[in-house]
Amino acid sequence: MNSPKSSDLVNDSQGVKSPDSTLWQLFYEFLLIGAVSFGGGIVAYERILLIEKRKWLTADEFMATLALSQTMPGLNSVNLAVLAGNQVRGTLGAIAAASGLILPGMVFVLIAGVAYSAGEDHPLVNMLLAGVAAGATGLLAAITFKIGSNRFRQVKSFAIIVSTFVLMSIFKLSLIWVLVIMGPLSLFIYRPQSGQEQSKQDGAR
Amino acid sequence: MTALLHLALTFGMLSLLAVGGGTAVLPEMQTVLAHQFNIDHTTFVHIYSIGQLAPGPNMMMVLVFGFQVAGLLGATVVLFAFFLPSSILCLSVGRLWTRIGECPWRRAVQNALEPISIGLMCSGVYAVAKAAVVGPLTLGMAAVTLIVILFTRVNPVFMILGAGVAGATLMHFFGLK
Repeated sequence: MNSPKSSDLVNDSQGVKSPDSTLWQLFYEFLLIGAVSFGGGIVAYERILLIEKRKWLTADEFMATLALSQTMPGLNSVNLAVLAGNQVRGTLGAIAAASGLILPGMVFVLIAGVAYSAGEDHPLVNMLLAGVAAGATGLLAAITFKIGSNRFRQVKSFAIIVSTFVLMSIFKLSLIWVLVIMGPLSLFIYRPQSGQEQSKQDGAR
Repeated sequence: MTALLHLALTFGMLSLLAVGGGTAVLPEMQTVLAHQFNIDHTTFVHIYSIGQLAPGPNMMMVLVFGFQVAGLLGATVVLFAFFLPSSILCLSVGRLWTRIGECPWRRAVQNALEPISIGLMCSGVYAVAKAAVVGPLTLGMAAVTLIVILFTRVNPVFMILGAGVAGATLMHFFGLK
């Protein structure tokens, strides 16, 4: 990974001088990530940008933001861009960061999609796509394995993984039912343990 | 018009159900697209796979489904339906968060959702594999890709492209499947 040249722009988070330029920077920096992040690993690029290159977030802020973007539905990388953009420049910042991040991929898939619609019936295209699909299957399996490797080894989480898979793929329930069944069940299993924390939570509301 | 509304509702729903990332909604997306939009599993897997070659977030190929159903307008509708609801929700909760601070339940929710999301990813692998693995050749190439990505640092894009070229060559000249 090429380490970005440490920017000479000193950005003390209290006094950002020209708000418009920050907005452009957000868009531009996330556009760069959206354009170069072939093959995944976007969160790692975002980490470098936010903590090291532009110093928009501290390491702690980044970890908290990442945790929240993983908890909320939606793509983690996009959620992270939304939250970071919001932190820097509010709603406009969130829009700038997220649209920068998805713009290059959007152009790519639209061009590829039009080409696909045109060449769908060509035998050579289909052979090429059969191989590409096999490769993508391998990639998806590898990602699942990497993300899941710790969870596969714990009894509780393994049971939840298997039950979810069975409901979804064998019983073929629709996703919303799988979540309605597994969500509360899993939340009960992983509920915060000590009663003290419980009351703190009630007080915080 | 009905098709657009239908697209918006479908992908808006998927956006909010995408726990732990977009991959979790793959099996549901495949089913819904087949039953309600006549996009068969092979087409689904082809478009999904092409999408993995794109830079940026790994689910941008949803736009192509919109494009297949209703042209550029369909792609635009899917873009907003798939990215807006989850982003607005995340932004709102993020703002609430800075006010109330970290609480044990946030950690609990993340811990609880993680294995569910991994289970859904397994379903995603199963769904994609059922459509993509059509014979010994594609099975072998999927396995090789899996192993190489797990044990080396080769960029997955090269592996997918390589699988495409190698697969096409073997199929074309040797008639393998």
